Amino acid sequence: MSEPMIRFENVTKRFGSFIAVDNVSLEVEAGEFFTLLGPSGCGKTTLLRMLAGLETPSEGRILIDGVDVTGVAPNKRPINMVFQSYAVFPHLNVADNVAYGLKIDRVPAQERATRVQDALRLVKLEDFAHRMPDQLSGGQRQRVALARALVKRPKVLLLDEPLSALDAKLRDAMRAELAAIQQEVGVTFVMVTHDQDEALAMASRCALMNRGTLQQVATPSDLYEYPANRFVADFIGTINLLEGTLSTDEPDHAAVQAEGLDAPIFVNHGVTGAPDSRVWVGIRPEKLAMVPATQPRPEGPAALPPANVTQGTIIRSAYLGSVTLYDVETQGGATFKVARPNGERMADPALPAGESVYLSWEPTAPVVLLT
Amino acid sequence: MSDAPTALGGRGGSRTFWLTFSAPLVWIVAFFVIPLSVIWAYSFGRTLGLTEIAITGTLDNYARVAEPVYLLIFVKSVWFAALTTAICLLVGFPYALAMTFASARGKIWLLLGIMLPFWTNLLVRTYALMAVMRNEGYINDALEAVGIGRVEMLHTNFAVIVGLVYVHLPFIVLPLYSALDRMDRSLIEASLDLGAGHISTLFRVVIPIVKPGIYSAILLGFIPALGSYLTPDLLGGPDSQMIASVIERQFKRANDWPFGAALSFILMYLTLILMVAMAIRDRRQARAQEQAA
Repeated sequence: MSEPMIRFENVTKRFGSFIAVDNVSLEVEAGEFFTLLGPSGCGKTTLLRMLAGLETPSEGRILIDGVDVTGVAPNKRPINMVFQSYAVFPHLNVADNVAYGLKIDRVPAQERATRVQDALRLVKLEDFAHRMPDQLSGGQRQRVALARALVKRPKVLLLDEPLSALDAKLRDAMRAELAAIQQEVGVTFVMVTHDQDEALAMASRCALMNRGTLQQVATPSDLYEYPANRFVADFIGTINLLEGTLSTDEPDHAAVQAEGLDAPIFVNHGVTGAPDSRVWVGIRPEKLAMVPATQPRPEGPAALPPANVTQGTIIRSAYLGSVTLYDVETQGGATFKVARPNGERMADPALPAGESVYLSWEPTAPVVLLT
Repeated sequence: MSDAPTALGGRGGSRTFWLTFSAPLVWIVAFFVIPLSVIWAYSFGRTLGLTEIAITGTLDNYARVAEPVYLLIFVKSVWFAALTTAICLLVGFPYALAMTFASARGKIWLLLGIMLPFWTNLLVRTYALMAVMRNEGYINDALEAVGIGRVEMLHTNFAVIVGLVYVHLPFIVLPLYSALDRMDRSLIEASLDLGAGHISTLFRVVIPIVKPGIYSAILLGFIPALGSYLTPDLLGGPDSQMIASVIERQFKRANDWPFGAALSFILMYLTLILMVAMAIRDRRQARAQEQAA
């Protein structure tokens, strides 16, 4: 196994008594599109700025391509950054902005011109080379920042909330384009974002942070389907979280008696918790099946027939186009969010509020969380 | 005329306008435009007696300025003011940089450091400087103590420049600070990130971006320095006269108001030319940018 491109070793950063990053160890492989995700103030930007050299870790080491850069100044690192505000130099035109880093490096004029041209082509700004920054839109300024960083052929490109200042439509377009550019240049990208859609859509892997600590590092789908704890489950997408007691725990199945449900929740795999301990069960809204209570009660799993079915009443519904989102309250007082896809036009009329329904789910659907 | 209500449009709006602006307008006309016009008219006149002045439309007063004595003093005034502005910039720019990057508390102290003298009466400050620089002053005491011996400083051109720098530093530091403080910090970080060192970043990014602030600092420092009266008068020697002293003499001892008026207005014309040059430069730059688009 080759050396990872980036390695954080027990990195801690304190600002006075405030711990912004708490003992983080993390590895990013070469060529990855890695995102740092988390709510504001979770330490993701501090982590990124330490990687760029704009902050110094209080403890721990940072290695880039096997080289310890912990005490190395930002201008001596094989890293470039796209700033949140883009930080395009207002006194230089587009081409001079892109050429800035090459001029500093004393790249010969001939080669510099070619590389600037290539970088501008990459971000589709060839025709804007002589524009001044104040004559560019936000999206174009961002492309300048991107070209200016990539033209230096860094080993790692850092992106600090690159899409947050763009309007929604442009953001979607830029998302796809950033991913395509990353594919094309093959540089390791590390992006900070607080927007989970952005993180999931673009990342090869994603680190979710909260209060300075890493909560989970995984692929987007693993983060969604196999969250490590309640914070991850709740932060990524929508989830129904139920508190309960672990009543059965065998190697190949387990059951949880959840509050507000008359029947147990059955899962087809073992859980590492102690019997009778407090656990949480998460079920995603789209993994719940819902039928009117006028129809026969759905059958539960063969091993534990009453499990994974509950009866409730629809409180409200929200039609969202591709899906309709229902709030269902069980007789025991638990509430579920249920997503029903609107797969066929007119075939399946929306269920009205007040309707009594059965909710059921597969033994594979619930995820049991110990913390 | 449309009936759409606008903030200052329509008849009601214009009445509001005149109500608000008539007081300052009267003030400016009565105490600025009229007296200045009178002096301007005097500059084309001739003294008849002790108090009588005839406006004859003569240009003699302006011609007299070309006499070597006065021309020399003009050149020296410009030189002193330019030197003062240059030293103020050299001292003030690092000071303004320090203010920009200081902590909130440090910022207040640095600001006080520059503002406290500014709030003190000019005469008091100048006498304080005299006390520091005179032959038995603190500097000379210190110089003698370390064995260098006393150096005559007061009543020299050196003292005048020191005094002018001291007086005009706030005019330079404050516009520089406001320009630096407005600058986006991430521009500096971006420059470092792209491989530039701190010095390189200063010259390639910071200074070009705050250039308008530097120009306004130069204007704000140079213009009052050019018209300095008290500082060269008290700190300078016989050969450090600046143009304001000559003007003062015309209005008082020489009792030649027309010539004093002409000298004053030459100073004014110089200032205006400087400001117009600055404005033309700004506009040309803006146009060049538009054409680049």
